[in-house]
Amino acid sequence: MMQTMDLARTRAAVDVDIRNVDLSYGVNHVLKDVSLRIKPGEFFAFLGPSGCGKTTLLRLIAGFNRADRGDVLVGGEDVSNLPPWKRDVGMVFQSYALWPHMSVAQNVAFGLEERKVPKAEVVRRVQAALDLVGLGHLADRKPSQLSGGQQQRVAVARTIVVEPKVLLLDEPLSNLDAKMRIQVRRELRDLQQRLNLTTIFVTHDQEEANAICDRIAIMNDGVIQQIGTPVELYEKPANLFVANFLGAANVIAGKIEGRSFVMGEGLQVALPEESHPPTNARLVIRPHFLKVDHAPPAGSLPAVVSHIEFLGANVRYGLTMGDVSLSVDAPFQSSTALYKPGEQVFVTMPLDKGAWLAV
Amino acid sequence: MTQAVLSHKRPRGRRASATPGQIGLALAIAAFFVVFLAAPVATVVYVAFTEKGTGAFTLINFVDFARTDLFIRSFWNSIYASTMTVVVASMIALPLAYITTRFDFRGSVLIQTLAFLPLIMPPFVGAVAMLLLFGRNGSINLLLDDYFDFKIPFMEGLNGVIFVQSIHYFPFILVNLSTAMRNIDRSMEEAAQNLGSSGFRLFRRIVLPLAMPGYVAGASLVFVKVMDDLATPLLLGVKDMLAPQAYLRVTSVGITDPMGYVISVVLVLIAVLCMWLWARAVAGKDYNTEQRGGGGLAKRSMKPHEKWIAYGVVLLILLLVLAPHISLLLLSFATVWSFSPLPDAYTTAHYTRVFSESFDYIKNTLIYSSLAGLIDIIIGGAIAYLVLRTKLIGRTWLDWAASAALAIPGVVLGIGFLRAFYDVQLPGGRPLATMWIMIVLALAVRRLAYALRACYASLQQISVSLEEAAESLGATKLRSARKILLPLMVGGILAGFITSFATAAVELSATLMLVQSSDDAPLVYGLYVFMQSAAGRGPGAALGVIAVLLVAACTYLSHLVIERTQSAKGAIQ
Repeated sequence: MMQTMDLARTRAAVDVDIRNVDLSYGVNHVLKDVSLRIKPGEFFAFLGPSGCGKTTLLRLIAGFNRADRGDVLVGGEDVSNLPPWKRDVGMVFQSYALWPHMSVAQNVAFGLEERKVPKAEVVRRVQAALDLVGLGHLADRKPSQLSGGQQQRVAVARTIVVEPKVLLLDEPLSNLDAKMRIQVRRELRDLQQRLNLTTIFVTHDQEEANAICDRIAIMNDGVIQQIGTPVELYEKPANLFVANFLGAANVIAGKIEGRSFVMGEGLQVALPEESHPPTNARLVIRPHFLKVDHAPPAGSLPAVVSHIEFLGANVRYGLTMGDVSLSVDAPFQSSTALYKPGEQVFVTMPLDKGAWLAV
Repeated sequence: MTQAVLSHKRPRGRRASATPGQIGLALAIAAFFVVFLAAPVATVVYVAFTEKGTGAFTLINFVDFARTDLFIRSFWNSIYASTMTVVVASMIALPLAYITTRFDFRGSVLIQTLAFLPLIMPPFVGAVAMLLLFGRNGSINLLLDDYFDFKIPFMEGLNGVIFVQSIHYFPFILVNLSTAMRNIDRSMEEAAQNLGSSGFRLFRRIVLPLAMPGYVAGASLVFVKVMDDLATPLLLGVKDMLAPQAYLRVTSVGITDPMGYVISVVLVLIAVLCMWLWARAVAGKDYNTEQRGGGGLAKRSMKPHEKWIAYGVVLLILLLVLAPHISLLLLSFATVWSFSPLPDAYTTAHYTRVFSESFDYIKNTLIYSSLAGLIDIIIGGAIAYLVLRTKLIGRTWLDWAASAALAIPGVVLGIGFLRAFYDVQLPGGRPLATMWIMIVLALAVRRLAYALRACYASLQQISVSLEEAAESLGATKLRSARKILLPLMVGGILAGFITSFATAAVELSATLMLVQSSDDAPLVYGLYVFMQSAAGRGPGAALGVIAVLLVAACTYLSHLVIERTQSAKGAIQ
């Protein structure tokens, strides 16, 4: 869809630095001492459940919210006290916010006209931006005549045509159907790479964030829980919230005795050599790392199948080992190879694949 | 979910042909419209296009209209007065709409309340009283003359019509405009700010165009209202406008004179043209952009000096808006009020006189308006049911007919009634058109759309599944309508009744044509007659105050009813 690449970016990518930001609406403390730094050219996500403060933080960068305390720096410049229209930070709204009384071209031209760009150049840049998102032929349509995916692209074109320092995306995929979402998120990533534009993406969908972002800040209740690459967050969650928010996880409380992890009523698994968990520990281990067998392999534990969920490519077994419950994902092979509820099985737990949290 | 929808499709599809009862109901309503809306209007058109006496088709009446200076002057005067009223009303409404939608402003509630004023008191009620405040020798000009040695011709000729109509009808623009502005999603404005726009540029490029359909709706309504009003110009002594001319021709020259009908056709054409322009202006422009997370334009708090200016503007407009009410009240208690800023002395004699001599007026108004309201909710409720709950072919035509009644000027409907039913003789030789019941029917046709909207709104809030549940438990269509729908709709129906009642109580355009004797006359007619003479002004004002209190109480009541049913419904949902 992106045929031409006429939008010459004359600016180098900038960083965004958020320092000790606090924000309250009355008694509602929405952001609590939030600090983070987004590197130049990075595709960064704010990820969290609804009401966690991610959109508030994004709007703070755009200038639509004011922090009670703390600073926002864009490219080293403190923009905390600038109104939105002087920040040069482009935002794509969740609702797209396309103006229904203007055509597609007029929508895209708006920001350039506000910047007093000469007419001829406006026409050229609008066309270039629309071509970039593959909508050059729809310039004269009204927004209401476009599909959801097309509207989304117009919203992106309208924002990038002014060459903002930073691109903010507020749940840009939430109004699209599942198939479009996957296509558009790839396009967004592609566009961001071509423009080398520092981009912040707000979403509540972990898969979306994992698929296209360089780094993610996971937020809950106004606090940043953890910042890292998608793989880091998945592999080494810093706390229970992160562990549970990103995919399914077994969280098992236990104690370290000697070189063994002891859980429930005395079930023991030997620790691998390199791991040194705290004495009172929680083991976080993903369901697909666990293995179920009919016969007992060395180091496995006996368990009983309590229920089965067929998920397509995988089958998720609920197992009980005494008072410990586990979820195990096994690839689906055939209907005859399924374990049945009540069946006795053996579970292997590769502790080197797990992460340890202190209790 | 999908299954449930599908499984219900079939039985309803089978009912597409509708039950005999529904067909009968629809036909009865259609007959009502044919007799009491289509026939009178068609009669008017017929008379306008036929030769007097012979009944042959002719355009000569329209040629006469175009050749008569008085009518051409009336035509342009009506256009001018309507246009200027829209302009002046816009000048009042725009700042108020802007202040209430853009700022955290405690005066907003006060401004919102203004919206009810034109419903409570139509312009003609206070027109004469306004002369005493703003006329050449009214309070304001006397004071201006004393202190500054000049006068402002607020009330001279057409100025008076424009002035009085503007301060009565600006709330129609205010309400439509501020609703439109409130429906603009906040992100519309934020997106513009994000791209570097702010202040007046942002207002002009984004907010104003998005609010335009709402503004046009309000403005065209005001235009038509002023066109239609015959009592205000007549009471202010302006005769050369279209509606007053239509009335005067029919009442003074006679109901066989074609000019009244020609003017009526011109009035209908103008009204239809306005509706068409309005429809064109809003066609394909559903700018209602409110989405989740929105909630209207960003409101900001005012700086101290802005607050002072805002309060100043609101106070000034409030004084202006309340001027007719205040002057009417003063007039109703005044012994003599002439050539002085305030009445010489006060008395309650006018009220005593009104209650002892003219109580029939009040009684008639109560009877006529109640009956009209009753007819309206029965027909309105039936139409709402047919449109929303059946697949009857042509059901939307009923809705369309009810709305069309709004576009027909009152004076035209009155003339049509008079002419169409004059030849229908009752036993004893009395023409049907002179019966008081015709006033009731004319009022019912004029106010039907109000009751219909209320019935629609309340029926729309009731989920179809509630009736389907009753039907699946064995109730017939009729029984489920009576036992489930009706109890749930009661609040909405009551609100519709009160609105129809209250607005019918102060309707004069159609009534004026149909009142044959003062025994049968309603309150507003009495007011109109009293106000004609200097001596009658006191009692006339007293009647006006009574009318305003009556309608104000009703409006408040309907407001209460709507709020209570809404909170009751909220409790179950």
